[in-house]
Amino acid sequence: MISSIQEFYSIIPLIIIAGIILVSVTLEMFTEKSEQSIAWLSIVAFLITGIYSITFVDQTGVTLQGMLATGGIVNIFWFIFNVCAAIVCLLSIDYIEKYGSNFGEYYIIIQTSLLGMMLIAGSKDLILIFLGLEIMSIAFYVLAGFNRTRTSANEAALKYFLLGAFATGFLVYGIALIYGKATTTSIDLISTNFSTLSSNVLFLAGVLLFLIGFSFKIAAFPFHMWVPDVYQGSPTTVTGLFSTAGKAAGFSALIVTFAALFGGSESHLFTPYLSAIAVFSMLYGSIVAIMQSDIKRMLAYSSIAHAGYMIIGLAAGNNLGVAGIIFYLAVYSFMNLATFGIISIIEGKDESNLDIDSYAGLGTRSPVIAGLLALMMFALAGIPPFGGFFGKYYVFIAAIDADLTWLAIVGIIASVISVYFYLRIVVVMYFKSSELVEKPQYSFREMFAVMISVLLVIILGLAPGSLIDLITSFL
Amino acid sequence: MLLLELGMLGVFVSLDLFLFYVFWEAMLIPMYFIIGIWGGERKIYAAIKFFIYTMGGSLIMLVAIIWLAIHASKDLGAFTTDLLQLYSVAPLFNLSIQSYLFIAFGISFAIKVPLFPFHTWLPDAHVEAPTAGSVILAGVLLKMGTYGMLRFNLPLFPDASINFASFMSILAIIGIIYGALVAMVQTDMKKLVAYSSVAHLGFVILGIFAMTEEAIQGAIIQMINHGLSTGALFLLVGMIYERTHTRDISYYGGIAKVVPIFSFYLMIVSLSSIGLPGLNGFIGEFLILLGSFKSTVLNSWWYTVFAASGVILAAVYLLWMYKRVVFGRVLNEKLEELTDLNKREIFVLVPIVIFVVWIGIYPSTFLKVSETYTNNVLEKVFEPPKAELK
Repeated sequence: MISSIQEFYSIIPLIIIAGIILVSVTLEMFTEKSEQSIAWLSIVAFLITGIYSITFVDQTGVTLQGMLATGGIVNIFWFIFNVCAAIVCLLSIDYIEKYGSNFGEYYIIIQTSLLGMMLIAGSKDLILIFLGLEIMSIAFYVLAGFNRTRTSANEAALKYFLLGAFATGFLVYGIALIYGKATTTSIDLISTNFSTLSSNVLFLAGVLLFLIGFSFKIAAFPFHMWVPDVYQGSPTTVTGLFSTAGKAAGFSALIVTFAALFGGSESHLFTPYLSAIAVFSMLYGSIVAIMQSDIKRMLAYSSIAHAGYMIIGLAAGNNLGVAGIIFYLAVYSFMNLATFGIISIIEGKDESNLDIDSYAGLGTRSPVIAGLLALMMFALAGIPPFGGFFGKYYVFIAAIDADLTWLAIVGIIASVISVYFYLRIVVVMYFKSSELVEKPQYSFREMFAVMISVLLVIILGLAPGSLIDLITSFL
Repeated sequence: MLLLELGMLGVFVSLDLFLFYVFWEAMLIPMYFIIGIWGGERKIYAAIKFFIYTMGGSLIMLVAIIWLAIHASKDLGAFTTDLLQLYSVAPLFNLSIQSYLFIAFGISFAIKVPLFPFHTWLPDAHVEAPTAGSVILAGVLLKMGTYGMLRFNLPLFPDASINFASFMSILAIIGIIYGALVAMVQTDMKKLVAYSSVAHLGFVILGIFAMTEEAIQGAIIQMINHGLSTGALFLLVGMIYERTHTRDISYYGGIAKVVPIFSFYLMIVSLSSIGLPGLNGFIGEFLILLGSFKSTVLNSWWYTVFAASGVILAAVYLLWMYKRVVFGRVLNEKLEELTDLNKREIFVLVPIVIFVVWIGIYPSTFLKVSETYTNNVLEKVFEPPKAELK
């Protein structure tokens, strides 16, 4: 399998994560009160893996007999996944305690989902994509329903599972059709023969089904139905994971498959489809988010809208677009983690304090938290100089460069609409007073996790070039 | 407040379109909080309206900036938003492309100025903002719009500018007359001053698009004037509001006897805003009118006629307000107890008045400074860089 020591080095991140899963399971079995130790073990493992990935980012290669790519953008994705997972774990320690479901399994499942994501990002083969996706998704279904005693959590898990299984069906059917024509599942081989294959209707239908399967995972319109309920019902920290690493994993699959096709003249074959879902996701997400009164639901719709912006980068079908998406994903992940982190701090027992109105007067009650949340709202709305703006900026550049100026203009209209609902949070926090006097209680580690995310958003806003140059150098 | 200052300085010194955009947007946030936290009754509405209006405009500009940079990169060899390099390339685009870009930049700046019919956020924002916010808004933020027109629209898109000059001037004149008429019927002093802003900035736009040396010089002076006079008017309204907690004109009357120092300053500032010869307003308006009369681009003296009527209307609404507030009998017993301006407030107003008189009597100190730049802009408009033969 592994022919050289070099190949071994390149898959060390996967080995670490797989190993940590085994260690954690053993630990969980044989020791009592293992939650704390597993949590910290996971965080340390994630950080080591993340740092390892980004350190050896320039060692690109293919391993496992052409199944898995490593280095380059794959490692950047691994870095994003691992940092997200580490931050989520840090936030979870206090959060799941609130719901009395502080079990070691929680972290083990997060580790498992992470392994799935890392496989997706590195796939060079459709089967591996499917495998990674299933590892990730099944872990996610469990996580969604982790607050077992709550009906909303059960609803979320069931809904996610049923619709997710349905989407997987599309995906498998798509892969089957692609295989039927191409007689291979290797992405490289398919892309070399793409120009001859693309004249075949069944093959194109297969690619389209594949695309639909992943449209579901990245929460794009019209495959977004599960998003609001699942985001609302899942534990807040888990929602944070879905909307950041989960979305990034979905996009990484689209990037590895479509990036392979960008070279040929047929790369624009799917531009109409991608443009359409981008437009609808952006507009639908932004407009419906205005009407939400629950902050998690609102962010769910905002997540649909953000998926739309990122798809602009895919629709543009050039390297600028891919770089833009990866940058956008990184920034969006940190913005969302900080936001969901703050929500999980404010959230009381029994899912209280999730209403937007319950944020009234937060500016005076807890200036630090309110300040950070306001900062993230401005960042999500895409106002410079925060990172969120540059994400949009790069995908818009890609769109205009690909003569899709109209798509950028629609994106702008959606951004203007979205300003309204993001600012509503700021308005409620600062300009409205309330009788509530209770201050949200937070531990040092929660605040630390939020602070790190906020700091990353600000750094990416002030020095976007550092990341975008790194990404571009691998395209 | 310091953040706001940073943003504003950034806007005016940026020589890179992208940097300009970042500062331009970043400035919204502090202003939003100034209106939203310390504002009046309808502060939330005003703050959001202000934010969304400006944001909408500026995002259109962003698309135009990106488009411009991408298409200019073919000639320049690299993707750049450096203004100095774009100056040499952008004017080479053909007229229809220039027009689209002109409109995209223009809408953004027109909202900021605000030019009729994009002015509706201004009265709300001004009235609800605290005094300090209004002064900053009037004194500096609005100037970013006119500055942008002068700095970007004219030199980057000369052909389109000439094409759109009469259209923009008509909008400006509608702004002048409309602003003045609406100001006349206001019962709220701050709203009156806010609408007078619309009228004054109409003059600035007219000056810019008349595209003669006098007119642009006048427009620049008028920008300074507007900052001084309108800023001072807002200050004075704010000062009296602090004492009585109402801005309703009908509440006042006959306060000249009670607060003579206040009345004196209000007099000078109102007169400067009207454009009385010897004070600063006159210089700016006169130069603009003179310039637009001579303008070859507009090529019609009707513009001047209508614009000049705005000067008369300004006298009507400001003097009328002055009469109702300051002269006559003391209508309200509570007004008898008003205290006059204290030393701190006078200390704020004196420098403004000094500049008002200085510009009014000896404007060439300021005109000399702006002269080179004006000629520079005009040169770029009328003698755009030609495509080099390859």
